[in-house]
Amino acid sequence: MPTGFDTDQKINEYAHPEVLVTTAWVAANLSTPNVVIVESDEDLLLYQTGHIPGAVRIDWHTDLNDPVRRDYLSDEAFAKLLSSRGISRDTTVILYGDKSNWWASYTLWAFKLWGHADVRLMDGGRDKWVSEGRALSTEVPQMIDGEYPVIKRDDSILRAFRDDVLAHLGSPLIDVRSPQEYSGERTHMPEYPEEGALRAGHIPGAISVPWAKATNEDKSFKSRAELESLYLGENGLRPGDEVIVYCRIGERSSHSWFVLHYLLGLPNIRNYDGSWTEWGSLVGVPIVQGTEPGTI
Amino acid sequence: MSSLEAQLEALAADFAALTLAERLDLLLEFSESLPEVPQNLVDHPDLLERVVECQSPVFLLVEVADNLVTIHFTVPREAPTTRGFASILHTLLNGRSVEEVLTASDAIPDSLSLSAAVSPLRLRGMRGMLARIKRQVEAKR
Repeated sequence: MPTGFDTDQKINEYAHPEVLVTTAWVAANLSTPNVVIVESDEDLLLYQTGHIPGAVRIDWHTDLNDPVRRDYLSDEAFAKLLSSRGISRDTTVILYGDKSNWWASYTLWAFKLWGHADVRLMDGGRDKWVSEGRALSTEVPQMIDGEYPVIKRDDSILRAFRDDVLAHLGSPLIDVRSPQEYSGERTHMPEYPEEGALRAGHIPGAISVPWAKATNEDKSFKSRAELESLYLGENGLRPGDEVIVYCRIGERSSHSWFVLHYLLGLPNIRNYDGSWTEWGSLVGVPIVQGTEPGTI
Repeated sequence: MSSLEAQLEALAADFAALTLAERLDLLLEFSESLPEVPQNLVDHPDLLERVVECQSPVFLLVEVADNLVTIHFTVPREAPTTRGFASILHTLLNGRSVEEVLTASDAIPDSLSLSAAVSPLRLRGMRGMLARIKRQVEAKR
């Protein structure tokens, strides 16, 4: 039986209220059966410094990525990972993390590639939980292994590869990085290490909508009306548009993907996880510098 | 004080002897022991240089007096991994001579057996800290 949804008013205004819960909901469901809370952070030591009591950790780098190939882990390894965290196919998974839920969104997106049905974000993430003075624990819970089946990952609907992006040129693209990354301005001094791409700028035609515009000061998502005004009003997206979002390695764009797909209910949103570290190093692809989207 | 080379070698051996999980525990210990900056720098954060290679707001200031190098770091508590890296550099380099700091191996970040656990971007942040320490020492010697 699915676990109850959050009845919070702001959450229920979103197109898909079933994918978001408040910190208060989480606090009230710490021992609800068949709910597993998962922390996904950029900083891999944060979980050890204290986490939501009973939460387990999934790390984007060591858990979700293949150690050799630049791709996600195999179907078998995903099943094993989730089982080890006490997750089965029908488990309600609540994700939260640092940096306004970047990595929690990325983990959620990955869970959706494998079609996990009930996975939700905690609005505001780790920072909001901590700033509200809620309980933290350093105890790593002993999970009883789940029974996660081996599922074939489906990259065809939510994920864009570089050839998909090339074929998509001329259709809506959103670059969610900072304005400086978008324009191709150098953000580092000459004698210091390069960004992880050989060229700077953005994909032709991509509009710049930095991910953070979708969040409030307390790291929670803006209201549906505010998000509609940002994406559909100011930036002219239409509900039926096929959109590809990207950033540097796909984490910030997972955040924007979540907003567009679940909070606004746009059906055709793909995340290009190769993002700028791939596009900015590809031989021969078009790149635009400056503050205008540019043309192909 | 043992030579920088010997101290780095010992630290690298410590890390290498541990399991991956234990290496992260050690890094966490380092992060907890990063000294606070003195009050005059708390009052004047503009004196510190931003380490833009780090995604977290990391700032540093190097002082040189009597040919000895003093290093100050501010790293938010919410970024323990970055704090750990700053703390390791502080442990290795603070109080050493200008020559020792300037000739310190640029491979320090790669010698701690952390690349399997830490993303390349984070290690790049540590290289950024080291490069900026050297640059400030060069400018202030």
